[in-house]
Amino acid sequence: MLIEEIYEKLTEIFRENFDDDTIVLSPATTAEDIEDWDSLEQINLIAGIENKFAVTFDIKETLTLQNVGEMAKLILSKLQAHRK
Amino acid sequence: MEALNYPFSNSEIIANKRKLKKQLLAENGDYLEKRIAILGGSTTNEVKNILELFLLNEGIQPVFYESEYNHFYEDAMFDVPELAAFHPDIIYIFTTNRNIGRYPSISDSAEQVNALLDEQYNKFRSLWEHIREKYGCPVIQNNFEMPLYRLLGNRDCYDIRGAVRFVHDLNSKLYDYAQENDWLNVCDINYISADYGLKEWQNPKYWYMYKMPMPMDAVPDLAYNVCRIIKSIFGKNKKGIALDLDNTLWGGVIGEDGVSGIEIGNENAEAEAYLDFQRYLKKLQGIGVILCINSKNDYDNAISGLNHPDSVLREDDFIEIRANWDNKDENHRSIAKAIGILPESILFIDDNPVERDIVKNGIEGVAAPDIGSVDHYIQVIDRLGAFEKVSVSEDDTNRNQMYLENKKREQQRKGFTNYSDYLRSLEMEAEIVPFDAFYYGRISQLSNKSNQYNLTAKRYTKEEIQAVSENPDCITLQGRLADKFGDNGIVSLIIGKVEGSVCSIDLWVMSCRVLKREMEFAMMDSLAGMCKGRGIATIRGVYLPTKKNAIAMEHYGRMGFEKTYEDSTETIWELQIADYQKKNSVIKIKGL
Repeated sequence: MLIEEIYEKLTEIFRENFDDDTIVLSPATTAEDIEDWDSLEQINLIAGIENKFAVTFDIKETLTLQNVGEMAKLILSKLQAHRK
Repeated sequence: MEALNYPFSNSEIIANKRKLKKQLLAENGDYLEKRIAILGGSTTNEVKNILELFLLNEGIQPVFYESEYNHFYEDAMFDVPELAAFHPDIIYIFTTNRNIGRYPSISDSAEQVNALLDEQYNKFRSLWEHIREKYGCPVIQNNFEMPLYRLLGNRDCYDIRGAVRFVHDLNSKLYDYAQENDWLNVCDINYISADYGLKEWQNPKYWYMYKMPMPMDAVPDLAYNVCRIIKSIFGKNKKGIALDLDNTLWGGVIGEDGVSGIEIGNENAEAEAYLDFQRYLKKLQGIGVILCINSKNDYDNAISGLNHPDSVLREDDFIEIRANWDNKDENHRSIAKAIGILPESILFIDDNPVERDIVKNGIEGVAAPDIGSVDHYIQVIDRLGAFEKVSVSEDDTNRNQMYLENKKREQQRKGFTNYSDYLRSLEMEAEIVPFDAFYYGRISQLSNKSNQYNLTAKRYTKEEIQAVSENPDCITLQGRLADKFGDNGIVSLIIGKVEGSVCSIDLWVMSCRVLKREMEFAMMDSLAGMCKGRGIATIRGVYLPTKKNAIAMEHYGRMGFEKTYEDSTETIWELQIADYQKKNSVIKIKGL
């Protein structure tokens, strides 16, 4: 999967989760940029991402994520690790 | 809504919860508002959000109170003003094994372990009893799920110092208390977690990161299970099942294979699966679920299948049988009408997805689950939880008998041209008395389940029934009706509030199984007599229309009341007792 496809899928997950079709993600997007994105929503988002990409994040990975860009990179590396 | 009907996809519900909520609220049904306090021993936000969706889907609009994180004990015991002001209809204590304060240690003696068990149990017990006294509402309490690990290995389950044994013993104490106290409802997360898969349920990442005792993906299973209890408390259980025959009650097509060709019995794996399914249905019947048939078959073929020597279910196990070539949605409606219940109160079970769609699309609100293959039928119907039992009354175990008696009455009626003659031939006897403490459970059940002949659609929990019974300013009446065919049990209720010389009727319901038997006249006579005895001059009644109670629209007019007010949301009626003439002439009255 290419990084573009990951962004596409992530956008879909975010739009679904917040029921808001205007959400556009960039690598720099953080919780500050999306109104309803609080620590409780974080649980839903991570669960959704784990489901849709069939990956799991450990505690450390989840805690160190700073923005959507890091999230996308992490997903990509996990998917590549799978393939090996 | 399909996404929320069992069997559902957990991840789809989680991903779309906002959209689903919006859609449910836009449907704008007749929601019953209920106030639910969740007192949590962990993060409860997502439990609340998903529970809200399932409740809305059942026609209940919840208003929530949520305790601060892990303040379940403090909020209830120390009566935080917000909770007291909230006036909960239900309190849900969401605790898990994470909230067991201390487990035995390997150096503890038997006495010490017992003392610890009592200490942990008494903490919860004092909490329930305090809630009981202060709020008087039903309580839902999670039991404890199995621990994350087994320190002593297999020994952990029987050694009194083992955590597995400790959880087991603590649960047993909880169950003993719940068995004796109907208002305490146990939410069996021990079962739900096992059903989901304990290893996944126990994924501790969610605890460390979010203080959730289970993963996000398990929340819908938990919330659905809680919803089952709540909907049952508020009388939203289904009442019966309409079943297809070919490849549902037996394997094969009887019209082609003949009686000897259908699969039922112990001959092979498939036949055995159908046999077990029939046994399960027979057990459902035993707890008060009405069984009916809705099948595309020639009638005689259908009956010959039920006469198969290995068939557990017999012709007279079914209250209504529709074996014909009509559309199944029409049959479903006609079954409901014949029994006198709403079509959505009957679950439709058919192996054929096309027939399921016809019934679902043809009648709003009917559940017709995808039951999979025969080896899954029982599990799907069981997990669907349409018949969740928060109490078991005598009526439940006799229900089938009562409907069969009704069929005999119907046959008798056909022999009469004059309806009054028919009513007299039934030799009816009613007992109409103030609410009797022994029947509070049944009274609450009736107030919750009656949708059609119900003037105000007000619902009462068992606790509220007790409160009005003990209130000197309330008049209460319960009516039991029996006749030569059998006893219908308690079928009608009235609650009136007395202020000065006026008695206002808050609740008047009658079970549809005694429609057109003039029981409402007998109730009216007793009410008027009782009011007269208390020096009341006027009885005031109100009719609040809902989607389902049009049948009761003219009730007060028929009782001789004058309409004093009318708008689109209510009609108000008054009766001056001085002029009252007795109305019942066909039922003999006992009591009062």
